[in-house]
Amino acid sequence: MIVAGCDIGSTTAKAVILDDSTIIATILLPVEGSPKDAALLLLSSVQEKTGIQPSQIEAWCGTGYGQKNIPYASTVESEIVCHAKGVQFIDPDVRTIIDIGGQDAKVCRIDAYGNVQRYVYNDKCASGTGRFLEITADVLEVPITELATLDAKGVKEVTLSNQCVVFAETEVISLLNSGEDMGNIVKGLHRALASRVASLALSIGVEEKIAFTGGVAHNAGMVGALERVLKTKLVVHEYCQMMGALGAALIAQERIKNRVAS
Amino acid sequence: MIVAGCDIGSLTTKVVLFDGKKILASSIIKSKPKPEDGAYEALQQACAIATVNQDTITYCVGTGYGRKRVPFANDTISEISCHTKGAFYLYPNVRTIIDIGGQDCKVISLNTQGEVDRFVTNDKCAAGTGRFLEVMAKVLKVELQELSNMAKKGNEAITLASACTVWAQADVIKYLNEGISKENIALGVCKSMAKRVGVLVNQASIKKDVCITGGVAKNTAVVKELENLLGVTIIKITNVDPQLTGALGAALFAYQKAGGK
Repeated sequence: MIVAGCDIGSTTAKAVILDDSTIIATILLPVEGSPKDAALLLLSSVQEKTGIQPSQIEAWCGTGYGQKNIPYASTVESEIVCHAKGVQFIDPDVRTIIDIGGQDAKVCRIDAYGNVQRYVYNDKCASGTGRFLEITADVLEVPITELATLDAKGVKEVTLSNQCVVFAETEVISLLNSGEDMGNIVKGLHRALASRVASLALSIGVEEKIAFTGGVAHNAGMVGALERVLKTKLVVHEYCQMMGALGAALIAQERIKNRVAS
Repeated sequence: MIVAGCDIGSLTTKVVLFDGKKILASSIIKSKPKPEDGAYEALQQACAIATVNQDTITYCVGTGYGRKRVPFANDTISEISCHTKGAFYLYPNVRTIIDIGGQDCKVISLNTQGEVDRFVTNDKCAAGTGRFLEVMAKVLKVELQELSNMAKKGNEAITLASACTVWAQADVIKYLNEGISKENIALGVCKSMAKRVGVLVNQASIKKDVCITGGVAKNTAVVKELENLLGVTIIKITNVDPQLTGALGAALFAYQKAGGK
């Protein structure tokens, strides 16, 4: 049985296509227009990107910020539940998920069955989200994908005195003007975001293993910074950005099975 | 005797010259990358207006964010104390001061003697500070000074989902793309600003009379929204530029320290 999950986030749209318990394809697209445009673009790219006919997909489950704008989704589920499901499928030993997306950050504690026990969420303040790195990378005039490379070249973490993105932006400019090394600045930025997210995590407590998910988890510099702050190793999967979509696909599958069973 | 107060803020540097009875002259200039340069320039400007020689200044107190960088200061005093001093001098009935600067916001409660009872401050988050308005004015492509008049022409304020400057910026761009008028956006921006400041005011607990100082006091749209929100009349300082309150307080301290009564 082929099913799919679709996660329409604020900056990227993701899909995971599942054939029983095998991930057969994933799609990642930037969100440019409305969430609905992104959802439709995602559907129309399925065949080209994966060779799978959209008609072969028995059911879609939607999730994410734009979950209500996916016309072809037969069911929807919250991001938190989907993330928990997705992560539990990849590594059943994970008990805490730290997800940093483009416009939010969430921390979620799960039990051995992937049920959500507690979670906290920040979408009110940009400084604890991926946007912090996006904006400061812009000031440094480097693509966001280069941050990890720059971090690796840094020898020390510059301490930033501001958390607010707006104030940090100014601080980065004056650091650059004073001749501070780019790598050190980037290390400092990663540290700042890591501290911010770690304090969100510690507000509900963390239990190992801890998975780091979301687009920001692709940044090795950020992984290192968060590991140093939390003083533990993190589980980072190659599909770290796909956990919501994967969880959604698993839920689509579950709901079909339940329907058949009843 | 002539004394001076110099207030180096994050965005502007202010100087007030005082002779024990009245303000002789004042200046407001943009802060310089080297704060010392800004302090000198502001002092020179004020001295030129008052036609006094710099050397005749008996005493100077530095205040503000950059107070340690005032090269000609004999002493430094915190901006909380200086704002309180300045506002109490102008309005002895003032019991709450809301000071909104370029990068921070302070709410000060004072007693009948004009002493600081307690204060709360926000310098961690750009929302609720002058910076918020600055960023919004830039997105709207208008001068910061125009924002207030623009907001007054609005009749249906847009709502901003979050106080955060970054998210508000994205919202404003979205509204502009949807063709919403700049006036209604400006009104929504001023409301959001007032709401954020209101949170801080309520933390400090409010006592009448309330007065507003700092650069944002000149944005009457924000002040009006704040009055509606708090349900109080806010005294606008009219005899002196509200942005000079800190520098005036510093000058008053300077006068005392120099032995004046």
